[in-house]
Amino acid sequence: MISANQSVTTAAGSLPPRAVWNHKGTDTILELSGDWHRDGPAAEESEHAPGQHPDHYEISSLGTYDSTLPAFLLANLRNASTTGDKQQAPVFDGLPDVLQSMLKLALAVPEDGQALITPHASSDVRELGKFTLKVWSGVCSFVEFTGQSVLSIGRLATGHARFRASDFWLTLEECGAKALPIVSLISFLIGSILAFVGNVQLANFGANLFVADLVGIAMVREMGAVMTAIIMCGRTGAAFAANLGSMKANEEIDALRTFGLDPFDFLVLPRLLALVLMMPILTVYANIVGILGGMLVGFMVGIPPILYWTETLNAVDLTNFSLGVFKSVFFGATIAISGCLIGLRAGNSAAAVGQATTSAVVASITIVIVLDSGFAAIFTLLDI
Amino acid sequence: MNTDKPEKTAKICVRNLTMTYGKLVVMHDLNFEIDDKDIFCIIGGSGCGKSTLLRHLIGLLEPATGSILYDGNDLTNTPPQDRGPFIRRIGVMYQSGALWSSLSLAENISLPLQQSGKIPAKTVRDLVSYKLALVGLAGYEDYYPAQISGGMKKRAGIARAMALDPDILFLDEPGAGLDPLSSRRLDDLILSLRDSHNSTIVIVTHELASIFNISTKVLFLDTATRTQGALGNPADLRDHSDNPAVRLFLNRGATPAPSS
Repeated sequence: MISANQSVTTAAGSLPPRAVWNHKGTDTILELSGDWHRDGPAAEESEHAPGQHPDHYEISSLGTYDSTLPAFLLANLRNASTTGDKQQAPVFDGLPDVLQSMLKLALAVPEDGQALITPHASSDVRELGKFTLKVWSGVCSFVEFTGQSVLSIGRLATGHARFRASDFWLTLEECGAKALPIVSLISFLIGSILAFVGNVQLANFGANLFVADLVGIAMVREMGAVMTAIIMCGRTGAAFAANLGSMKANEEIDALRTFGLDPFDFLVLPRLLALVLMMPILTVYANIVGILGGMLVGFMVGIPPILYWTETLNAVDLTNFSLGVFKSVFFGATIAISGCLIGLRAGNSAAAVGQATTSAVVASITIVIVLDSGFAAIFTLLDI
Repeated sequence: MNTDKPEKTAKICVRNLTMTYGKLVVMHDLNFEIDDKDIFCIIGGSGCGKSTLLRHLIGLLEPATGSILYDGNDLTNTPPQDRGPFIRRIGVMYQSGALWSSLSLAENISLPLQQSGKIPAKTVRDLVSYKLALVGLAGYEDYYPAQISGGMKKRAGIARAMALDPDILFLDEPGAGLDPLSSRRLDDLILSLRDSHNSTIVIVTHELASIFNISTKVLFLDTATRTQGALGNPADLRDHSDNPAVRLFLNRGATPAPSS
């Protein structure tokens, strides 16, 4: 019998591990020899693996070993149980006590046949089909979620929706005041870039002053609303998805339900209202900052600020202004709905929260751009 | 890579250890030794600092004062980049399993194996199956942590902690949330591990049945005094400890008079 002390790992100068099947009369004997270590060579097995449990183990020339030996024996026993016709219980006759007890433990719970996942063969057609179904179910749930939002706003109007006012004010601050620095920076730069690009072309015709028209109309009608929406997708939409996703993973959403609180009213409604309220305000702010950015560039290329301002006021009428603000309300709703929807449908793990955040940003930016093209088409048709 | 272990004399020596979180002293003046082949249980009320002590023992947290010696070598004085040999000797199971969520159970166990040196692929496969079978998860190789229950995650965490046949195994509440049968099998596994690998096992636990079943030595952390309340054999402490808090704890709140 090998004493427990001999199982110490000493790979230096070790003999290669070998497992040889022998037959003595009717008995099958598995002879184990050499040193079995995970960083040593792989075990050499005699070709003659009979697909049955050995009746006896022979360990007289077995050296030192670590878990590699019981792992090998277990794999062998498993193999014999599946391929062999003998359904007898394995015997560990001849093995050291410590190994016997470990193997008995490993075999105590039978392998869960249903637990084995058989991966589907992947093909391009299958992937395309899966992708299409996923996009379609995404569209369906977005529509459903939008409907739920309308119902929820209805409940709020009739005084039946319950959420914490402090949640609403916090979200309002989070997606309003705290977004000002990034919105200022991006809008100012967008306004300046438009002015630079416009000036290069308009200077050819000696029409530099019309830079003010270009910047004013572009900011107010399109860029102000779209750029603010894209910033909010990355900032607030992602935050909504991560926040609700981690609440989902922690079973906090289920906890709300068990107290009779509607997660939709409690979590989605304050976020939706806050973003829908804040987006138009941020857009107006972005418009002004963008025009100031254009004015700075105009000043650098020789347009006096007073002149620039007057020209901007001439160019930008209430229609252009209100179109941008009108769109921003829809952008806000879209970002809030897709962020919350994806967050609430996230899986129950930390990795799922990360995935939810990514897809919330991708989905909301996509929808914002698609929606903006839709608006552009409609406004062109209506000639406004 | 070869693990150059001279001899398994895993012995942990804690001297005057004080643990703090900022200005809050969690526990002060802890003094105890963990001998080779001990099954050492750290017990105490919820929030008394058991897991914090475990994190100090494995070097994740630095003690405010005092030292932790492994075979006479001071872990606290060893800079993190020189702790490689120490880290290769220990296996840790964290309270929630702490499995890597993007890897399947098999990959969770094979990653440390593959990082430890060049191991033949079949050996890795056999070792993974063996370790999973030991914790009763045979056949769950291809599952991801998100697809299994909390108790199974815990057991998979134990399988991963055992991946490299560590000298010292640290288990943070391994029995919590396990059904009675799994809990009993876990006790058997811990005893068998100690006997087959000569491992020293340090366990943070609340499971009294398990403590009396397997533990050779317990350390009781006393919330009231913020220091160690008792150290010794669990059955002795239950019946003869001078500290009433220890007797209360080990008797599940019943207060028998100390028998002499």
